[in-house]
Amino acid sequence: MRLFTMTKTVTKNLIAGPATLMYPKRKRDFTPITRGSIGIDINTCIFCGICSKRCPTHALAVSKDPTKEWEIDRLKCCMCNLCVEVCPKKCLLTLNQYFPPVREKGMGIHRENPATK
Amino acid sequence: MGQRNVIPFGPQHPILLEPLHLQLVTEDEKVVDVVPSISYVHRGLERLVEKRDYLDFVHIADRICGLCSFMHAMGYCQAVEAVMRIEVPARALYLRTIWAELGRIHSHIFWLGVAADAFGYESVFMQSLRVREEVLNVIEETTGGRVIFGTCKVGGVRKDIGSETLQGVVRRLTALRGELQDLTDVFINDYSIRHRLVGVGCISKEDAYTLGCVGPMARASGLGIDLRTLGYAAYGELEVEPVVENTGDCYARCLVRIREIFQSIDLIREAAGKIPEGPVDVKVKGTPNGEYFSRIEQPRGEVIHYVKGNGSKFLQRFRVRVPTFSNIPAMIKIMKGSELADIPNIIVTLDPCISCTER
Repeated sequence: MRLFTMTKTVTKNLIAGPATLMYPKRKRDFTPITRGSIGIDINTCIFCGICSKRCPTHALAVSKDPTKEWEIDRLKCCMCNLCVEVCPKKCLLTLNQYFPPVREKGMGIHRENPATK
Repeated sequence: MGQRNVIPFGPQHPILLEPLHLQLVTEDEKVVDVVPSISYVHRGLERLVEKRDYLDFVHIADRICGLCSFMHAMGYCQAVEAVMRIEVPARALYLRTIWAELGRIHSHIFWLGVAADAFGYESVFMQSLRVREEVLNVIEETTGGRVIFGTCKVGGVRKDIGSETLQGVVRRLTALRGELQDLTDVFINDYSIRHRLVGVGCISKEDAYTLGCVGPMARASGLGIDLRTLGYAAYGELEVEPVVENTGDCYARCLVRIREIFQSIDLIREAAGKIPEGPVDVKVKGTPNGEYFSRIEQPRGEVIHYVKGNGSKFLQRFRVRVPTFSNIPAMIKIMKGSELADIPNIIVTLDPCISCTER
């Protein structure tokens, strides 16, 4: 049985400085395979809608002609990557950056169509 | 005989991270009876199985609990694979074993931190989370997620780990041993912690057996129950020896978890050395028709996933029997007759996971 068992670690930590990242100055590096958010190359998309059928959380909505729009609700998306796996044109991709937080539910909805690009 | 008082403990309490409610009947400082009540955060995940495709349900099973995320998905997949008689490739089984052990390591280190916080050791709590961060980084680099692994699927796994990354994982975990040794040394040797844990909340081997204890709780009382010895996934080809202590008190439960962290690191090293080359998944065809009980060892003990399919793509029934639920009768037995001040220690060393229990 001993006393002051933590002293060595505490001293080491005091000298080494903080273990946390000083956020605004230094941002976290995500790994290449981090499941951050879903992105799309809208010009390659053929609006087949397979991704929205495969999505387990119903976060994706694809409208074909004439509007041609791809929509994702970031707050519903569980980053399972199934849409990326089933995409026939490989235009969906997993980004390693997280989607920034929002104040209201509606602000998580993100629309893409070729006309806005 | 003193006056009897009923003290409500939880669902919000500084030492509890999750909503467990206990009514403690006390006489002076002694607890004479305990009435537990759970189900504050019931989410109805078992019922969801009737509305989700059996392949998609893996993602829900993954989210039953944060700390044993991978093991729930693995248990569910094992059950469905057994019903459908799917032969999972050997490499996938090894990868499952490696991820399951990484989950065990991060759960146990997190437990060390929470336990230290309950004793009032804030620095040890911070140090534990600092050490755990390295394990979370390893998990993120191999699966893409920090808490929800999302890599298990019916018929194998969804991601492969390259041999170089795998060697890197082993190297990093081996390098972590030094820091872990310093951290666990505090729990094993420190005077104050021993004073708070030794001889507190004892349960005998016979009581642990009759009350259905599982996991570290049973192993701390001398029962060598560890489902990994059954040889599911790749455990059959690895050397798994249950970590057993005999005193059955809070200190023994602490020791079991500490020794299991090092055992898990060894298991990962062994699995990384033996992992065969080959595919990581097989194509799944058809629908499950039949039922199966899958038993695996979570950080908290034995978990049972029951799956019943009726030939359609929606399963008829899914049931999870989690380790915390099995340990509650023993926890009540221990609490009766203990001091009021020891109640937090007893609850913490049980390591309750209420999100698993209430699903």
